[in-house]
Amino acid sequence: MRPIVKFGAPLVAAVLALSACGGTTGGSSDAGGSSSSGGGKNCDLQIGFFGALTGDAANLGQNIKNGAKLAIDQYNAKNASCQVKLKEFDTQGDPAQASSLAQKAVDDKTVIGLVGPAFSGESKAADPKFNEAGLVAITPSATNPALADNGWKTFFRVLGNDASQGPAAAKYIQSVLSAKKVVVVDDASEYGKGLADIVKKTLGSSVVATDTVQQKQTDFSPTVTKIRSAGADAVFYGGYYAEAGLLKKQMSDAGLKTTLVVGDGVKDEGFITAAGEKAADGTVMTCPCLPPDKAGGSFYADYKKAYNAEPATYGAEGFDAAKILLDGIAAGKTARADMVSFVKSYDQPGVTKQLKFDDKGEPSEITVWAYKVEAGKIVPDQEIK
Amino acid sequence: MSFLLHNFVALTFTALVLGAVYGLVALGYTLVYGVLRLINFAHSEVWMWGSFAAVWVMIAVGGGSGKGLTVTIGLLVLAGAAAMIVSGGVALAVERVAYRRLRRVNAPPLIALISAIGASFVLGEIMGLRDQVVGWFGLRDPLNAYVRGARDNTRFANPVESHELLRVGGYGVTNIDVIIIISALLMMVVLDQFIARSRLGRGIRAVAQDSEAAALMGINKDRVVQITFLLGGIMAGGAALLYLMKFGVTRWNAGFILGVKAFTAAVLGGIGNVRGALIGGFVLGLAENYGSALIGTQWKDVVAFLLLVVILLFRPTGLLGESLGRTRA
Amino acid sequence: MSTATAPPAGGRTQPVRTGRLAGLGGRVAALPRPVKLLLIAFLVVFLYLLPLIDPPFIAPSESDFGGVLFNVATYVLVALGLNVVLGYAGLLDLGYVGFYAIGAYTVGVLGSLHGNVPFLLLLPFAAVVTLISGVLLGAPTLRVRGDYLAIVTLGFGEIIRLIAVNWSWVGAASGISDVPKPPSTELFQIPHLAWVGLVASIDLDDTTTFLRFGVLDQVPYYWLALTVILIILLADIALQKSRVGRAWEATREDEDAAELMGVPTFKFKLLAFAIGAFVGGLSGALFATRQAFINPESFQLLLSILFVAAVVVGGAGNRWGVIFGGIIVSYLPELFRPFADFRVLIFGVLLVLLANYRPQGLFPPRRSVRAKELDQRLEELEEGTPSA
Repeated sequence: MRPIVKFGAPLVAAVLALSACGGTTGGSSDAGGSSSSGGGKNCDLQIGFFGALTGDAANLGQNIKNGAKLAIDQYNAKNASCQVKLKEFDTQGDPAQASSLAQKAVDDKTVIGLVGPAFSGESKAADPKFNEAGLVAITPSATNPALADNGWKTFFRVLGNDASQGPAAAKYIQSVLSAKKVVVVDDASEYGKGLADIVKKTLGSSVVATDTVQQKQTDFSPTVTKIRSAGADAVFYGGYYAEAGLLKKQMSDAGLKTTLVVGDGVKDEGFITAAGEKAADGTVMTCPCLPPDKAGGSFYADYKKAYNAEPATYGAEGFDAAKILLDGIAAGKTARADMVSFVKSYDQPGVTKQLKFDDKGEPSEITVWAYKVEAGKIVPDQEIK
Repeated sequence: MSFLLHNFVALTFTALVLGAVYGLVALGYTLVYGVLRLINFAHSEVWMWGSFAAVWVMIAVGGGSGKGLTVTIGLLVLAGAAAMIVSGGVALAVERVAYRRLRRVNAPPLIALISAIGASFVLGEIMGLRDQVVGWFGLRDPLNAYVRGARDNTRFANPVESHELLRVGGYGVTNIDVIIIISALLMMVVLDQFIARSRLGRGIRAVAQDSEAAALMGINKDRVVQITFLLGGIMAGGAALLYLMKFGVTRWNAGFILGVKAFTAAVLGGIGNVRGALIGGFVLGLAENYGSALIGTQWKDVVAFLLLVVILLFRPTGLLGESLGRTRA
Repeated sequence: MSTATAPPAGGRTQPVRTGRLAGLGGRVAALPRPVKLLLIAFLVVFLYLLPLIDPPFIAPSESDFGGVLFNVATYVLVALGLNVVLGYAGLLDLGYVGFYAIGAYTVGVLGSLHGNVPFLLLLPFAAVVTLISGVLLGAPTLRVRGDYLAIVTLGFGEIIRLIAVNWSWVGAASGISDVPKPPSTELFQIPHLAWVGLVASIDLDDTTTFLRFGVLDQVPYYWLALTVILIILLADIALQKSRVGRAWEATREDEDAAELMGVPTFKFKLLAFAIGAFVGGLSGALFATRQAFINPESFQLLLSILFVAAVVVGGAGNRWGVIFGGIIVSYLPELFRPFADFRVLIFGVLLVLLANYRPQGLFPPRRSVRAKELDQRLEELEEGTPSA
């Protein structure tokens, strides 16, 4: 199908050339020509995971990978003759590395679709490449609203962006907590600040003070002092669970009983680890994801069985993203272009929500739920409508 | 401005608590620098390993709060001892692996810095990969409580529960605040006296002043260097326990920022100066808190580094001057 | 013994190594000039073709070779710049990433966020802006003592990053997208080689367009970076041979003596600092355009440390060694990618080993070898026996 001119490397004798010719026709390690053969099953396909597996942000990446891996293992158990592999592209959350890895993912023609990129920053570096190469990338965790506005045809996300979650969080603070004085804190990260800004805007005049902390910060005493001095009824924190946990602990150590409201980046057992069970109690978490009992399937039980742990943040989204791609493979979509259109028209129930995308790649049905920490467990509270 | 004035006591007190921890960690930098004129980049990992030792020992004995005064004190002593032993041991290992050979060949300071950076990576990564490391020995399941979530926060089963002791200017001083400040002062005084009065301390001062002359006087420099690292490690272990009591969690990369801050504190106080380390810690903590209150919490670290630059420009020897060699000389 | 804080001042008891590499260098140096030029030309052409050849075993299996080569090239450029500061002038700069960031952000801010300046104008402009920032930082700080300078610069690097994170005018954490690209002129296509085992074939499907700075293909960016490296390299050679180079060497070896001999040491240190900043800014600008997107995440403190490691690993003061160091530091982690989780650990172990067993770097500068010989001879005279 593609023109390939062959010649022996100068140093290699013709002896090797013969065996090498045999090698190319197999076409697994070569930049793989056979993937375009329509119809029949193709068993050399891989689903890529694109995100941080090592480095500072590794924990979130590992969660997602575990979710995706569970989906793939389940698929392989059913299709023993035709296995799908998970290919890891470890970006360490670094946009610079994401650039080269994206290129590699594009070049490896056995990669039929990606779960990722995990973060908004690396998405901006990598998604343009996926778009140009027509490689579908379903992100389970990058929630920056602006990502969907780039016109990338291969961009999909299985969770609601900050613009859907922010107003819901604000609504909860106003109507359920009926807080009159709110302090909004963010961690200066793209996700945290983006979410906090939306909450701030929706709450309007009931925001009495704001503060910005930094990721990896451990001492929040100036922030705690600010919260106390503002006499807040509620605190909204935009950021991730490690810092949120420490903030909540330090609030409670200082004798503050103010309710903390947080976004989905904090919905993780790690929050309770960092804050301690007692301090964590009563924290409200919003998340554009369904509670386990509302979600179909046996994902939660399966995950627990496989990893001996509760599914952590974005694990279920990782499962959903991989599931869509696996359904595509099962339906014989073995070319990248077919896969893109398959994902575009996908409409199936997933673990976290009905998986269906609008024309920008955003999930078309988003329900935001409020969760609460009770006795060291994150339990569903109510749907925010 | 009015925020700073209205919350002056709270900001000051929390700054002193944090500053005490900075100061204890800073001692490790200051001691090693005073004796060897080298920046021990791996010191933050020495601290981090100590913090894990305290966490593990509490898991092993089932620590936690609300167990009566005697048990609580016992648990604290146990955790502190574990942290100090492990930190001290790791500090000795760093000296042995990353420094000794270089010292023998009189390598330039830069090379020692690179070696220490390498050691710091190794120590940090081993902790971050500890679940896999114990997996090699088939110990992952039995040790699961100690190694799970290797890249994430690990909780310290704190024997002391925080509660308010008294209220000063609108700020509730907690028992933990008091414990931290008093312990840090105590450790600092003990170390200061040790260096000023004991035989070994005299050796340390001698080497710090003039290592060649000290060697001529029959002082075993290797031993002095080892003691220096050990002392720095022990102080870091103490700091690790205090830190855990205040913040409750540690993780494999928690040392880095603390290390940079502690180093800043050491330079502020006059690197090589034991008392300066604590002063530097307090000054740094205060500057961070007041700075945050004035121009915003997000600029906290910028304030710290700017302070460092300004001090170095106008008073390059730090607030108290560099004087490990001259302590009660 | 004077306390020599300058890095390559020479461990006085290290035995002198006259290894095979030194012999090879000597033999190449002894070749007639036309042969040498031919060799160099061949090497340069080879370097340009490298990403197209995609040689097996050398090209990493887990990442794109063109992209990796570009990364390597930025590290090499950074290493060359930092070598002027660290190797020639003996100033330990732990905040070099600050200059890298200033270069990148100048391009991002003026080319995309708050302006529309074309890239070819921005590239030199970014370097000049960084040079000015180097002078502004250096003028007050270069007067402080050697190891304090390390800390001041470390603080500077962090301040730059924190400003990038928190200042919305430069994009804050969301960074800057659509950083301008160099102008493209699409002339012709060059095919890559595809390898199966040791047999190469020309892969007409996989081509690089000369000269299109697009989104996917990284090879043209590598060519651009390589060209910049070659220019800087020539300037570096000329500079080191000049009076300036000798003044730096004198300052590094003994600042007081140099000052007495009439070398205005402060001015020369500032010059080195500024030149280093210039090159750092240049590589930051290249990084920004290839990346098309920058955010503060790309300018972590760790990067400064890797930069210093590159220079020291290669051999501070020796430009060829430093180039090699840049290659190692940026390339080894890619080779270790199959070990995924253990990459940083392995890197750490290697750093310790290297510092302990090759403390002068893999390729010590020639001056340092000479200094060591002299030191050793003095030592022998003093003690009567050569020490180990």
